[in-house]
Amino acid sequence: MIEDFPMQQIINEDGAIVDSDAMNDISTEQVKSFYYQMLRARMLDKKCVNLQRQGKIGTYVPYEGQEAAQIGSAVALGEGDWIFPTYRDHAATLTFGHSMRNLLLNWRGRPEGNVPPEGVNIFPPGIPIASQLLHATGAAWAEKKHGSDRVSLVYFGDGATSEGDFHEALNFGSVFNIPTVFFNQNNGYAISVPMKRQMKTKTIAQKGLAYDMNCLRIDGNDVLAVYAATKESVDRARANQGPTLIEAVTWRYGAHTTADDASKYRDQNESETRRETTDPLLRVQRYLQTQNAWNEDWLKTIEEDITDEIETAIAEMEAYPEPDLRQLFDYVYDRPTWTIQEQVNQHLAVQGEE
Amino acid sequence: MVSPAVNTKKMTMIEGVRNAMDEMLKENEDVIILGEDIGVNGGVFRATEGLHEKYGEERIIDTPISESGIIGNSIGLAANGFRPIAEIQFLGFIYPGFNQLMTHATRLRQRSLGRFTVPLVVRAPYGAGVRAPEIHSDSVESLFTHMPGIKVVVPSNAYDAKGLLITSIDDPDPVMFLEPLRCYRSNRTEVPDGKYTIDIGRASVLKQGDDISVFTWGAMVMDTMKAIEKLEEEQNISCEVIDLRTLYPLDKETITASVQKTGRAAIVHEAPATGGVSNDVISLINDTSFLYLRAPIQRVTGFDTPVPVYSLEQDYLPSAAKIKAAIVNAVNF
Repeated sequence: MIEDFPMQQIINEDGAIVDSDAMNDISTEQVKSFYYQMLRARMLDKKCVNLQRQGKIGTYVPYEGQEAAQIGSAVALGEGDWIFPTYRDHAATLTFGHSMRNLLLNWRGRPEGNVPPEGVNIFPPGIPIASQLLHATGAAWAEKKHGSDRVSLVYFGDGATSEGDFHEALNFGSVFNIPTVFFNQNNGYAISVPMKRQMKTKTIAQKGLAYDMNCLRIDGNDVLAVYAATKESVDRARANQGPTLIEAVTWRYGAHTTADDASKYRDQNESETRRETTDPLLRVQRYLQTQNAWNEDWLKTIEEDITDEIETAIAEMEAYPEPDLRQLFDYVYDRPTWTIQEQVNQHLAVQGEE
Repeated sequence: MVSPAVNTKKMTMIEGVRNAMDEMLKENEDVIILGEDIGVNGGVFRATEGLHEKYGEERIIDTPISESGIIGNSIGLAANGFRPIAEIQFLGFIYPGFNQLMTHATRLRQRSLGRFTVPLVVRAPYGAGVRAPEIHSDSVESLFTHMPGIKVVVPSNAYDAKGLLITSIDDPDPVMFLEPLRCYRSNRTEVPDGKYTIDIGRASVLKQGDDISVFTWGAMVMDTMKAIEKLEEEQNISCEVIDLRTLYPLDKETITASVQKTGRAAIVHEAPATGGVSNDVISLINDTSFLYLRAPIQRVTGFDTPVPVYSLEQDYLPSAAKIKAAIVNAVNF
C-alpha cells in the first residue's frame, strides 16, 4: 500500500528541485514569502517557549519543525474560507490572519485568544482529539448549502485518525460531497505513542480510500509540495469535486507541550539530526542559495522586522486589561439564566468586585 | 391558554412535535433536520413524516448512523448560519455524541466570546415503559442539566411540545429537547394552528391543591395525575401537581410559590435517584422555602440501576403505589 502513496515532493532536503514542472507556477518571490512566513512562525514559537519558562504564559504547545505543513496549507486558502485548527496550529492561524497578540493572549489563558479578526473564519482550537473534523464538514456543508464556493480546511495529528470522529467526518464528507480538506500532520507520535502503535497501516493517506476519497501523501517539510497539494485539493473542493485527505509527513523537534519530556519516549539525537535533514526553513534557504536568491542582509532585515512585531505583540499582551469576570458569566448563554445571575451576584457579594 | 379565535386541532404529542417543525421549516429557510431514518422513512416514531416530501432532501437530511457525526456536523452548520434540529433516535444512543455536546456545542459561545454560536436543537425520545430493548429506555436528563451552556426541555403533551419546540428552535443557544416515549400517542390535547411559543423555564400547574406540591415531568406526569386522582378520592388530601417542562433552568418562581402555599413537596421522576434532577428541585426549595416546610421533601424515582429489560421495567418505574405512599408520608409526617 505504501508504494501507492509515494511521498510527493517539489524541493528535496538538499534544496534541489525534484519536480521542475511544479516550479513553473512558482516565483522566487513567492518562495521568499513562504520563508518569511515560516521564519515568523518559528520565531514566535521559540519566543513562546521562553515566555512559558519565564512564567509569562501558561503551558505552551510548540510546533517547531511543522511550519511548512501549516503554512503551505494555510496559504492555499482564500478569503472567506474556514480553518479548524488544533491547539498546535498557530503557524497556520497566524498565516491565515489571526492576530499575534490574540495568539499570545490564548496562552496567557485569556478567552480573547480564541477570537479571530472580523471576517476571518478561524474556529477556536479543537482541544479534544478529532472532534473539530466534524465542525469543518458542518461549516463547509453550510457553505455548499448557501451556494457559495467557500471551503473548509481542518488540521489534525496522526493520533486523531484513531478516533471515531475522524472516520465519521470522512464518511460525512464523502457521502455528502462536502468541500473540506482534511489536513493531517503526521509527526510520528501522539504524545509518546509512536505511529506503529497507533495504526497498522503504513500511511494515513490510505485511510481515505475507504471513503472513496481523493487522498495523497506529501512531504510535509517541503512548503512548496504542501502548498501545491493543498491548493489542488482546495480547488477540487471549490469545484464541488469533493473532499481530500492529505497526509503531510513532518517532524516536530520539541516535546508535545512544555510540560512534557520527549526524551522519555523518543531519541532526541534523532530529532536534533533532523535539523540538518528535514528542516523546512533550511531546505528553502538551500534552494534559494542554489538560485543565487539568498541574501544574508535580507534575512537580517526580516529577522529584525519579525522581532519588532513579536515584541510589540508581547507588549500588547502584557498591557492587556485584566480579565473581566463577566466573560465567565455573560457568554455561556445568549442571556444568562437566573441560576448564573444568582451565582455571579453571590460571588460578587463575598469576593467583592475587584 | 388558547384564544377562541384560533383554530385548534386535537393532536397526539408526536403530531405536536411534527407540527412545530413544519411551522418552523415553513417560516425559516435556515431550519434543517438531520438524523437517521428521518427522511424517506419519516422517523421511526413518525416525527418527521411527510416533511421530506414537503421540504426535500436538502432540508430533511437522512444521515449515516453516526451520533457524533450528526451532532458535530450540526455544530458546524449552526455556527455557519443554519438552525439544525438533530434527531437522535433514542436518548440511550446519544453517548457517542456526548463529547460533541459536552466539549463543543455547549461552550462554543463562551470560548469565542460570542463570535461563534450554536443555535442547535437536539431531539431525542427517552424513557421506559414501551417494552423497548435494552439501552433504548434510558432517562438521563441530568447528564444534560449538569452541562453549562445547554437548556433542557421535556414536554408531556402536544400543546406544550409544539410551543416549546418552536421556542427551542428560535433559541440562540443549544437546547436538549427530550420527548418521553410513552407520551407520544397516549394523550391528545388541543393544539392551535400556526406559530405560538411557550417560554423555556416556565413550569405548568396542572392542578391546584393545598396540602402538597408534586413536581414531575415527562411520562411521569400521566402516572402522577392518575395516582393522585385515586389518592384524593380515597383520602382527604389536596395535591398541587406541577409539570416542570424545563429541567434547566428550573422555574424558581412557580416551584417556590407552590411550596410556600402547600408546605410540602414530592418529586416524581423515572431517572435514577442519585444525581437526579430531583436534587436540584430540593436544593431550590431549601434555598427559598426552608421555613415553610412541614415535612421532609419526598422523592419517588427509578432505582440506581441501569433501566432494565422490559420484563422488569414496571418494577423499575415509580408506581402509583409509591407515588401515593410518598405523598401520604409527607402529609402525615
